[in-house]
Amino acid sequence: MATENLRELYQEVILDHSKRPRNFGELPGANRQAHGTNPLCGDQATVFLTIEENVVKDARFVGSGCAISTASASMMTEAVKGKTLTEAESLFRRFHALITNSSEPGETGAEELGKLSAFSGVCEFPVRVKCAALAWHTLRAAMQEDRRTVSTEASK
Amino acid sequence: MTTPAAVIPPQRVKDCARKHAYDFEAVRQDFPILRQIVHGRPLVYLDNAATAQKPRCVIEAERRLYEEYYANIHRGVHDLSMKCTEAYDAAREKVRRRLNAAQAEEIVFVRGATEAVNLVAGSYGRSRVGQDDEILISALEHHSNIVPWQMLCEEKGARLRVIPMFETGELDLDALDALLGPRTRLLAITHVSNALGTVIPVREIVARAHARNVPVLVDGAQAVPHAMIDVRDIGCDFYVFSGHKAYGPSGIGALYGRRELLEAMPPYQGGGNMILSVTFEKTIYNEVPYRFEAGTPNIAGAIALGAALDYVESLGLDRIIRHEDDLMSYATDSLSSVPDLRIVGTAREKIGVISFVLEDIHPHDIGTILDHEGVAIRSGHHCAQPVMQRLGLTATARASFGLYNTREDVDALVGGIQKVIEVFA
Repeated sequence: MATENLRELYQEVILDHSKRPRNFGELPGANRQAHGTNPLCGDQATVFLTIEENVVKDARFVGSGCAISTASASMMTEAVKGKTLTEAESLFRRFHALITNSSEPGETGAEELGKLSAFSGVCEFPVRVKCAALAWHTLRAAMQEDRRTVSTEASK
Repeated sequence: MTTPAAVIPPQRVKDCARKHAYDFEAVRQDFPILRQIVHGRPLVYLDNAATAQKPRCVIEAERRLYEEYYANIHRGVHDLSMKCTEAYDAAREKVRRRLNAAQAEEIVFVRGATEAVNLVAGSYGRSRVGQDDEILISALEHHSNIVPWQMLCEEKGARLRVIPMFETGELDLDALDALLGPRTRLLAITHVSNALGTVIPVREIVARAHARNVPVLVDGAQAVPHAMIDVRDIGCDFYVFSGHKAYGPSGIGALYGRRELLEAMPPYQGGGNMILSVTFEKTIYNEVPYRFEAGTPNIAGAIALGAALDYVESLGLDRIIRHEDDLMSYATDSLSSVPDLRIVGTAREKIGVISFVLEDIHPHDIGTILDHEGVAIRSGHHCAQPVMQRLGLTATARASFGLYNTREDVDALVGGIQKVIEVFA
């Protein structure tokens, strides 16, 4: 049982993205960016976005953190590219519901989350939820043009 | 009928107890929590630097107090109050003995090492530190021995200076004399690094500081559980520690202060117990240490801390030290044999703690996977972010040992790390 939970948490796709994060690096010409930190563990993420006519044209990130936070940031940048701001916000909410296991019935269709549903195992590890959530909170701040540093300790 | 104990000379009885002290089954039986099963595995507790587990006698001491003789102290003339006061004062004497202080009046009960540092900063510091003065600390400090001094410096317009450290986790003591300047009002330094385990030569440091008339506070939070402490031999002016890391309860700790310093210090908090008489015109403060113990203190905590100190004494601190030395060497060797594992902090003298990192695997992932093997360690910055920054790390994994840990615990740790490497292979 214990090992199953662990395999759920560290799925292949998560390990793959943590070892070879996609869209890693600064984004020249980005018109939105935000910085997030998890003060308890020191994880850092900066998310860069190029937004044109309410569509996320490009997304990249830099930062340092554990496998869960790195993979989450990597897969997030892939997932939001091409999405409208409204769609990206909706994805944020679904993802958040997934990792905190707080979804309403029918709210988090795996088909809509796609590869992101690999993070479903995180809800079994309450102390690791913040790792998965950091990049997404930072994304949201970037979309909302919030210049304050995002903290996982403030965003309940 | 004569009981066996009555015919054996007292010293022999003690020797017998000691002989059995490192019968591991017996020692581990004393700690009920060690029977816990975590994620289907027997608990291997290697997070002792964060807090230590409690022997049954400590838990019992609290239960007995509340069931048999609990009342407020230094107040009532009734039987329970007197019994309770006696037990509280006896606990102070046990702390005195553990630190080898000259007098029990030099021991102030506080919530823990953090409050003790705040007490010294807020009382001694506030009355002695002014504009452009300096407080000296070291690069190895826990946040609790940094932030109170920063707050004081900010309030007074004083400056915080830092003894630098080497990559090994040892301090650059060649820099010490130059840092001890005419404006240095206090040196606050750890005895043992909580993040790396480095033992600091506090005796030598105190001598050098005193040569410049600089008083010294030593943070003994990580030293008291693992080492003989003699505050008179160290020569320090203040020594602080927390009960919870020394097998006592949380929420209790002690400040040792040289009597003439304590007597010259203004109160830290006002309230009951810390006064001799109160009128609306004038309050006369109580003698030390009561002057620094405003309000009803953590009575149960103090008494149970006394029980923890008794317990350690009954096992023999010298035996505990030898045992933990053996564990540290065994763990250092075992961990060094793991490919891609690097031990962080390679000071010649270390106690209690081994910090490490694995190539390309974040300490939090190590912590989560080890937890699933039943092995509890700490991962993160260990409340010592400047240490991490100095070493160019954001976090380490830290295994820390206590008197009940065994070589088998180390083997479980190493086996767990192999599992971590497998998951990430």
